Amino acid sequence: MQIHISPNDGVPIYQQIVNQVKYLTASGRLAAGEQLPPVRKLAEQILVNPNTVARAYRELESAGILTTRRGAGVFVADGVSPLSRREQNRILNERLDQLLAEARQMDVDVETLVKLLRQRDARMGNGE
Amino acid sequence: MSDHVIEIKHLSRRFRRTTALDDVSLEVPAGIVMGLVGGNGAGKTTLIKHLLGLLKAKSGSVRVFGLDPVRDPVGVLGRIGYLSEDRDLPQWMRVDELLNFTQAYFPNWDPAYAAELRETFDLDPKQRIKSLSRGQTARLGLLTALAHRPPLLVLDEPSSGLDAVVRRDILAAIIRTVADEGRTVLFSSHLLDEVERVADRVAMLHNGQLVLSDQLQTVLDSHSRLTLRFAEPSQTKPTLPGALSCDGSGQEWTVICNGQIDELRAAATEQGAEVVEHAKPSLDEVFVARIHDGGSRSIDADQEVNP
Repeated sequence: MQIHISPNDGVPIYQQIVNQVKYLTASGRLAAGEQLPPVRKLAEQILVNPNTVARAYRELESAGILTTRRGAGVFVADGVSPLSRREQNRILNERLDQLLAEARQMDVDVETLVKLLRQRDARMGNGE
Repeated sequence: MSDHVIEIKHLSRRFRRTTALDDVSLEVPAGIVMGLVGGNGAGKTTLIKHLLGLLKAKSGSVRVFGLDPVRDPVGVLGRIGYLSEDRDLPQWMRVDELLNFTQAYFPNWDPAYAAELRETFDLDPKQRIKSLSRGQTARLGLLTALAHRPPLLVLDEPSSGLDAVVRRDILAAIIRTVADEGRTVLFSSHLLDEVERVADRVAMLHNGQLVLSDQLQTVLDSHSRLTLRFAEPSQTKPTLPGALSCDGSGQEWTVICNGQIDELRAAATEQGAEVVEHAKPSLDEVFVARIHDGGSRSIDADQEVNP
């Protein structure tokens, strides 16, 4: 599991961990039933206070994304959590907002943008 | 005995005409990482020297594990792992000689752990300390501070002048120490992003005074950064209630404040400004906002803290 912490970007570190684990589960890079590193190990790996990691795990657990099995560790919860779809939308909306802002700056209207999106999608579909 | 590992009460210290510490009271509970931050000459090193019994409290009191470090140096120093900023190791010794020498002072020295750290840090036992690189010297200093598994680890500017790889080792050592049940870390640093990563609590010194001491998360949560856009460009800083600092130019000004958001917003509206961004500041920004008059004191004060 790859988590990257960037200090000084205004997002609290525990929140960065929460966001990235949500992103990894939503995008399928963390599958249901997969085990996460123990608090202490992740803390050493990403060099943050263990309490911060524990707090992120607690939040993810109450959001239904992780479950703790006693004595075994922390795992990605089974089944697609109802939050995942909302989370996917949130992540996509963030990117779309950036894209729209840039397009507006360049005077590119939404129709042209959609056309470009279709072109890119077609190229990806061709395996390029 | 109290459950505070460190208890400082009304500690003041002057060196000639310089006030190095001014009525500082600070408690460090067991099992946490305390980040001590402040500019050059803020009093961080002076405070740490009192903990180690290198300086005697002239007014106020210092207790470490409930003991007076000056009156009971064995009881205190035997339980502290210490890494100083200048990492003053005996230059003429070899690495293995230093380890044997240090081991003799600490009944709890763990030779297996020392050997493991020496391997991890890639230190050659036969090498003379004076021929070690700056990074390797820091790693050796860290090894001697860690190998007796001290209940309290004290690091004075451990990252200063080191590359990113060695800084990683030091941060990992801090995390490992606190992850072991009940052990405590106090470290001073001017690298606030490192403090933000690993500290539970943060204490901020400025001109010898403790200006802030709280849970790191509370400090970060209680401050806000507002970016204001004024209708008209201004040459001078706008005056706003509750603003710790105000920076910018023309129409856009960024304000760091501690609570009082509603008052500040109201004042901004009154002055014809709208809030275009409201975000949480980093520890770095909080620090700069709190210490914005920091240039008034010269760096020379740093030298004066040496007894």
